[in-house]
Amino acid sequence: MLTTAITVAFFCIAAALTLNFWRLFAGPTLPDRILALDTMAINTIALLILLGIHQNLTEYFEAALLIAMMGFIGTVALCKYLLRGDIIE
Amino acid sequence: MLSETLISLFLLIGGAFALIGSIGLARLPDLFTRLHGPTKATTLGVGGILIASVLHFSGQEHALSLHELLITLFLFATAPVSAYLIARSALHLRGPDGPKDES
Repeated sequence: MLTTAITVAFFCIAAALTLNFWRLFAGPTLPDRILALDTMAINTIALLILLGIHQNLTEYFEAALLIAMMGFIGTVALCKYLLRGDIIE
Repeated sequence: MLSETLISLFLLIGGAFALIGSIGLARLPDLFTRLHGPTKATTLGVGGILIASVLHFSGQEHALSLHELLITLFLFATAPVSAYLIARSALHLRGPDGPKDES
């Protein structure tokens, strides 16, 4: 049963990532694209955690934490660039 | 057996919420409504998958596994901040001549 649930969750996250990718291409404004990138980072964390459960390995948590931090920092830097025209003032 | 059922339930709930959030991101009409999907539904979905991971690895190693809570805490703290920054930059780009609210 767990294997079936993991497979279904994998398909859900993959479909979510495809929709995010479509928004990344189609998004009419720049904040739309930043939002799509942020959501892709969050969905990638879910994908990594699922892979950890599937393979029964705990090594993926560090990678997930790093992706969470880098995604947040990237979002903040892009938004600061749109707001100020500069990242480090 | 019971814990396996519980883990499967949390995995399905998490995957469904993540998918719903991304459908909201793809389908809703403009940026300020689109912000709702990823910042609330997707964060909750990842939270569900992380709870399933806590249950799974706690049962595997017969000890409480709390690495995931760190990721959950970080995500739940940063999602509102990034949503606020994206909304502010969208308002900034729209400028003072943009469409006003009806109310």
